[in-house]
Amino acid sequence: MTIQFNDETFRDDYTFRNSDWAIRRFPFPFHEDSYMYSVNMERHRGGPEGSVYAKRFDVDEHYISEMRDRALVLAEDPLRCQSLPHMTLAGWDLLELIMVNKSEDYPDLFELDRDGNKWRWINKPLSIDDSFIFMDEASLPYGPMEYITRQTQGDFAVLDQRENNLWMDAGMVTTQADWSLDFDIGMNFFEWHAPVPLAHEMGVFKRALKFLLNVQQGNPARRLNWTMTVNPLLDTSPENYHKWGVQKTTLTPENLGRKQHLRVELQTFYRLPRSNALVFPIRCYLIALEDLVTIPKWGRRLHRVIRDLPVELATYKGFIDNRPLILDYLSQFDDGLPTSPGVWPDLDSEPPLRR
Amino acid sequence: MSTDLDRLHVVVTAKVKLNDLVTRFEFVHAGGKPLPPFSGGAHALVEMRDGDVTRLNPYSLMSDPLDPSHYAISVRRDDAGRGGSVFLHDKVQVGDRLNLGYPVNLFALDLTARKHLMIAGGIGITPFVAQIKQLQSTGGAFELHYAARTQALATYADALRAAHPARVNLYLDDQNQQIPLERLLSGQPPGTHVYVCGPRGMIDWVLTTAHALGWPPEAVHFEEFLAPQPGMPFTVELAQTGKTICVGEHESLLEAMEREGVDAPYLCRGGACGQCETRVLAHDGTFHHHDHWLEEHDRNGRKIMPCVSRFEGTRLVLDR
Amino acid sequence: MSTFQFPPSIASRPTYGTLGPRAGAAQIMLADAEGAEALLAVAKTDPELMRRAHVIYIPKHTGAQFIDQLRAANPAILHVAPSYAACTQRLHRVFSAAPMGAQLYLAGTEGLIGQAMALALQIGIPKSAIQTEHRGSVARRVQCVHCKGITEDVMIDPFQCSHCGLNLFVRDHYSRRLAAFQGVCIDAEDPGNVPPSVELYS
Repeated sequence: MTIQFNDETFRDDYTFRNSDWAIRRFPFPFHEDSYMYSVNMERHRGGPEGSVYAKRFDVDEHYISEMRDRALVLAEDPLRCQSLPHMTLAGWDLLELIMVNKSEDYPDLFELDRDGNKWRWINKPLSIDDSFIFMDEASLPYGPMEYITRQTQGDFAVLDQRENNLWMDAGMVTTQADWSLDFDIGMNFFEWHAPVPLAHEMGVFKRALKFLLNVQQGNPARRLNWTMTVNPLLDTSPENYHKWGVQKTTLTPENLGRKQHLRVELQTFYRLPRSNALVFPIRCYLIALEDLVTIPKWGRRLHRVIRDLPVELATYKGFIDNRPLILDYLSQFDDGLPTSPGVWPDLDSEPPLRR
Repeated sequence: MSTDLDRLHVVVTAKVKLNDLVTRFEFVHAGGKPLPPFSGGAHALVEMRDGDVTRLNPYSLMSDPLDPSHYAISVRRDDAGRGGSVFLHDKVQVGDRLNLGYPVNLFALDLTARKHLMIAGGIGITPFVAQIKQLQSTGGAFELHYAARTQALATYADALRAAHPARVNLYLDDQNQQIPLERLLSGQPPGTHVYVCGPRGMIDWVLTTAHALGWPPEAVHFEEFLAPQPGMPFTVELAQTGKTICVGEHESLLEAMEREGVDAPYLCRGGACGQCETRVLAHDGTFHHHDHWLEEHDRNGRKIMPCVSRFEGTRLVLDR
Repeated sequence: MSTFQFPPSIASRPTYGTLGPRAGAAQIMLADAEGAEALLAVAKTDPELMRRAHVIYIPKHTGAQFIDQLRAANPAILHVAPSYAACTQRLHRVFSAAPMGAQLYLAGTEGLIGQAMALALQIGIPKSAIQTEHRGSVARRVQCVHCKGITEDVMIDPFQCSHCGLNLFVRDHYSRRLAAFQGVCIDAEDPGNVPPSVELYS
């Protein structure tokens, strides 16, 4: 299919909207009526046609507008994209990974021609047509990681592997769930996850690290993470928290369905071949609750998950103060009927809401 | 991440005898596509179907990591081994098709290093050949010290010295030359990392000397490929699958499990990566541990690495 | 007594040990204020090692109290510096000339230990060649996550950023690269509602 790209904003007047297509393919993260941390890793080997898992780097209707928002963030604060000196090779690995996969998965949107180290990259949606020398930084307008991630949705953490640990030594981070690349760059896996409550005690990070250290070439993996965001604000950064934090207090029963968004991260993990680094693309999907509840199963389930979530998690995810208001809203869409297992909408088999 | 790892299908395009012991094999993609690039120090498993026996042996890739047109490995013939190297030397010919695993690196360069100090013994030169090519392209500082028995057995020494005369130093046993290790490890600038690949004795020598001179462990890297050793046949009960299997003289416990259709995870098949670590539920006999993964307290009947280790006794029950 | 037991915290917060003599190609020691006591303890355990050491000492408020004791321990070199900033170039020179195998001993306040550690790592001295021991003040270096300015010697929480003026609460999240804790706006969701400050670890 040809994607109709939206012209929309993720700030100020917030004109971001999901089409019916985008709502149905939203990566709903709860496979049952409750949620707790787990090392919920699986292989990243495609998924149902049209789902966000089908392609290795999903491109959707928000592509052009998200890239415009990223450029605005970087203009205000270039520290959102950084690469320690030893990570340049990993940057080339990432550029190749994305260019090869996007040109194979979306031949109508992206083209890559390679003649030895002479490469030509055509990005039709963003009107880019660049010829450059692979591994020659001077032939690109930015470093390789910055160049390609200015053209790819999602944040990117590029992790160096040494001493049996992973080190956050490069990244492009403008659509984050409230963490700072500038502060965390150079940290190891346990250090940058240090602020996450409960999971350390559960041994989640030890198991996750063991899994990630063994992600091999040809075998990418993925998992989902989630939080809640008021307004479709991609850049919920700590840097700007003093500006956007106050938006969290603007919810009312009348505007909640429109303003409160479920924010889901599709995190994938690829071994990078030349550098032996690991890249961790973190793709953010937003959906307004009023759109989410048009899928009856999701409305029922989200109510139950938010209601039963431990206080520590609701605090860490930043919506503890708004939880009562969110529950009041969601309870209208939970008639108590059982839900089918798994994350899919199951529109054909799940009953409509009983009023 | 185990037996269903994707395989690379390749064709043998060259078989070059380098000296009495070592032969180089070169491969290209069977479908004419580029092979995946890799990082210097990576190995690939080579799948060998030798009659009824299937072996997966790891060999360091020693072609240019940035050149996807072909891979190369160098294989040292081991007549006392289980037959993997002899099979490659005697049976595999140009034009044959083989399956390789994707490259895996358990001996990667630390790219934060300001300088890489490499110490090689014998066939342990192979990972360094690829690492040096990588550093050549990316501009890293290195210095190689390479010990071999004779000039004739110093595989690739001539080519390396021709390409990097100031950085490659050769030491020959039959000329009574020895690597001046203590001097080398004293006075290296901050940010130097040392790498050693060679026989066990050489690795121990480097690790011990480096430790005594105050080198911290994160700056000292080593790789020893352990070929599974042949040994007395033994029987093992697998509690999860309810199978009892016999491990033959020339196969490893891991290979015996795979032969019987038991799904066991693995990565390196050389006792280094820890993937195949297996709990021992009961035993009456002696373990022959050959890995360098398990902690000492696990070796006394708690765990075993089925890729390289064996057992001798009346009963062994594993959690598989 | 100049020692303080920090309560258990998150994984990014640095922890400190007790300095002990270690064999190595060179011995480099750096301390501020009461940190001198930790160096003197090493000298007592291994006087021979101290005689090979290059010691750099910043007395801060302790004046001459420890200088004579350090001199009496007879280090190969003793340099007394008026401030960390004043000795940064010297440290750079000494760290860069330290061969692999050199041992680094850092003692004193978190700010000093953190900054010297960041410099040493940047030069290439490996982490496990560096020992640390906290002594003296529990004041922190804090980076404002909003304006990126670093405020030295923060003793209260919340505090006002010395650069942009925002009211910040002090997290235990710590960056080794910046040698600083993270400060985050405390009244972002309710501007003006700033709780009274309390002394750190009081």
